[in-house]
Amino acid sequence: MSTETLLERINDYAHRADPYPLYAELREHGVARQNDGSFLVGTYHEVAALLHDPRISSDVRHRTDPDEVRARSDGLPPSFIAVDDPEHDRLRRLAMRPFGPPHSPGRIDALHGALVGIAGELIDGFRGRDRIDLVDDFAYPLPVTVICRLLGVPREDMPALRAWTDTVIASLDRSPGEETWERQQAGTAARTEMAEYLGELADRRRADPADDMISALVHDAGPEGPLARWELMTTLTLLMIAGHETTVNLITNGMLTLLRQPDALERLRREPELMPSAVEELLRYEPPVQMLPQRTPLTDIEVGGVTVPRGAPLYLMLASANRDPLRFEDPDRFDPARRDNEHFGFGSGVHSCFGAPLARLEAQVALAALLRRLEGPRLVADPPPYRHSPILRGPRHLLIDCTTKDDGAPGES
Amino acid sequence: MTGELTQGRIVIVGASLAGLRAAETLRAEGFGGELTLVGDEPHPPYDRPPLSKQVLLGRVAAADAGLPARRPVDAHWKLGVRASGVDPVTKEVLLADGGRLPYDRLLIATGTRARPWPNPEEARLDGVLTVRTMEDAAGLAERLDAGPRRVLVIGAGFTGSEIASACRERGLAVTVAERGPAPLVGALGGTLGAFAARLQRAHGVHLRCGVTVTSLLGSGGRLTGAEFSDGTRIEADVAVVALGAVRNTEWLADSGLAAGPRGLACDAGCRAFTMYGIVTDDVFVAGDVARFPHPLFEYQMLSLEHWGNAVEQAEVAAHNMVSPGPRRRPHLAVPAFWSSQFGLNIKSVGVPTFSDQVTIAQGSVEEGRLVVVYGYRGRVTAAVSVNRAKWLEHYRRLIETAAPFPPAPGAADRPEAPRVVPSDVPDPKVLSHGPTVALTGHLPDRRLAVVRPAG
Repeated sequence: MSTETLLERINDYAHRADPYPLYAELREHGVARQNDGSFLVGTYHEVAALLHDPRISSDVRHRTDPDEVRARSDGLPPSFIAVDDPEHDRLRRLAMRPFGPPHSPGRIDALHGALVGIAGELIDGFRGRDRIDLVDDFAYPLPVTVICRLLGVPREDMPALRAWTDTVIASLDRSPGEETWERQQAGTAARTEMAEYLGELADRRRADPADDMISALVHDAGPEGPLARWELMTTLTLLMIAGHETTVNLITNGMLTLLRQPDALERLRREPELMPSAVEELLRYEPPVQMLPQRTPLTDIEVGGVTVPRGAPLYLMLASANRDPLRFEDPDRFDPARRDNEHFGFGSGVHSCFGAPLARLEAQVALAALLRRLEGPRLVADPPPYRHSPILRGPRHLLIDCTTKDDGAPGES
Repeated sequence: MTGELTQGRIVIVGASLAGLRAAETLRAEGFGGELTLVGDEPHPPYDRPPLSKQVLLGRVAAADAGLPARRPVDAHWKLGVRASGVDPVTKEVLLADGGRLPYDRLLIATGTRARPWPNPEEARLDGVLTVRTMEDAAGLAERLDAGPRRVLVIGAGFTGSEIASACRERGLAVTVAERGPAPLVGALGGTLGAFAARLQRAHGVHLRCGVTVTSLLGSGGRLTGAEFSDGTRIEADVAVVALGAVRNTEWLADSGLAAGPRGLACDAGCRAFTMYGIVTDDVFVAGDVARFPHPLFEYQMLSLEHWGNAVEQAEVAAHNMVSPGPRRRPHLAVPAFWSSQFGLNIKSVGVPTFSDQVTIAQGSVEEGRLVVVYGYRGRVTAAVSVNRAKWLEHYRRLIETAAPFPPAPGAADRPEAPRVVPSDVPDPKVLSHGPTVALTGHLPDRRLAVVRPAG
């Protein structure tokens, strides 16, 4: 009998490859108070209610534990993902101006051709090899190239950005350990360096605009005026990291899932028009963001018959809610044609994923290209080695044995 | 039983949003029989919300405001043909061209039409328009393109306000005349009515509340201006009559069904009532023409002019037309609608007119971003957001669970305790425009139906 709390077991790397039995246990418990005073919610309707409740804060400075507040008060102020309305609303709205409707409705669609091209070139690079690492050879470079192109980050700076991103992601991991404090310090430092880099890049674009999102952010401010320089820095850092990190896992989890389910893979080859719905199912079945660990009630809140006190750490377990049998029929089955699939793969409510349209398009294009061109793909190891984070969960490597076809016209059989 | 229900002849009268979605649902749920849609407009179903918004801004042509088909429906389309009656004994729909369409089950989705200017002679003046159909919107867009010196909008409900917004966005001078105390007040009450009045004036609308247009003036058959009840006059080249909608029920006058000016009454399963209050089992209703009981609003019969209601009710009606009794579903969706005007997105859940008090639960009037929550006798019955639509899901839950009003304080963007004020929903009789949500009492019979003002 385990004496660890559910949260500790979920954080335990030993459960990374398959946390779903733990989530099932969590749903049995309802709203579960942990020994450290935090609360876990893993049932769909309760997660939905909390995601939409205006009394739930995304700003950890509202926590009652002074250590947590202090840990997050170092360095730069938080970006819009970690603050509340009305500040969140204003920052997100200004960031949306050059990215999506109503001011830039065509920005993502216009990327389609470039995305197909990038995916095709990466797959061209597989030729002559019978083993690839899907993560390093494809799922990582694809979204990084796209977000750099979209924002206007020079290619040669990508390695530095990768190093900063890895350090920031490692610092999000709240699982206990001796190096927690060091990880956090390193994360704060990396985030600050990255923000300074992006701030300087924005200064250059202010003087010398190009056709990219950073230029649009500094030049087309709209009636509310531009972002302050520090706001621009935190916003760009957020867009840069969130703009690729989770997509790597979405593509990798996608291929892993399809290789485990040959029927689904074959069906998608036969019916490529199912790809959009298959990607939605993937977001439900293996969401790249497994939980939202940053929520805090601003007042005592009752949920599922339990009172979560003001200031307590509240974990919304999205991946668990996505498998709740009270909401989804046969939830542990991967069904690429599933209907009525209102999953939390992108969260929900005011903080719902800013980049969702881009992530959807990237995953659809990437998986379609892989299915079209990889012949006889086979997993080398199952489960594959995972990255450390229980929050942004995905394989560190995904070795696949296969041969690579030349690209015919899409739809050619 | 189920086998029989998926066969036979179904006629849908009304070929707009509700009719189309019902037809698609019938086929999706396995109806394999003969399906006929009758529509008095010559076009296949199209989408009306853009007609008072994007079409008037010239962003999209009226003819391009199509509705995406969800699936093929394999139906006979009788378009440009008006239905003139129903014979419930022989089970036939009578057509204005003399034809008769036999049915086993009938769906009535004839919607509404624009309420015309009451003086027919003035209504015929060149420059006097209503906006309901594709042709109407194309005609108004053309008038606006021509650069009129002033547009008069009569009635400041949602349609009138959206039209005024489009005019201002195009830089046209516009006068809005509303008999009530403020724009949108009939649908949203006093707090947001006052907000809308300030908004319109800030956008340069010449807003005149508390007056009526007593006559439209013309010369040589052309509109030249209007006279108001206070004796003042304005000059205008275009007058848009936005006095609300009339339900298309006249054709049912001899049908024996509970049809009247408030709509055709039906039960929670979308089955029509006869004029004696007896429920039928072969005539169904959906969309703007329906009056249906809603448990969240004390089972009063609601008449809604909402896009979302047309879709949801059509789906329920279609499902029930091909399902045996125990498998039938009630239409219980919480009403919701949206509007865009003067750069704002306004969205509503619940029935704001079913209220006695309101409070600003999030944001503020000063910011121009807020959520107003409505309560009736101590429970939450509606919420309206201005540029804050993503929060409405929370309030929908509160409405569905009859949560106490005012809602618990503590929202991040409204730290201070909420101030509760009367909702000030006026009696519809004092407004220029008809209500888009009407609470029409408990009784299905058209002669017994009573209008109960909210509150």
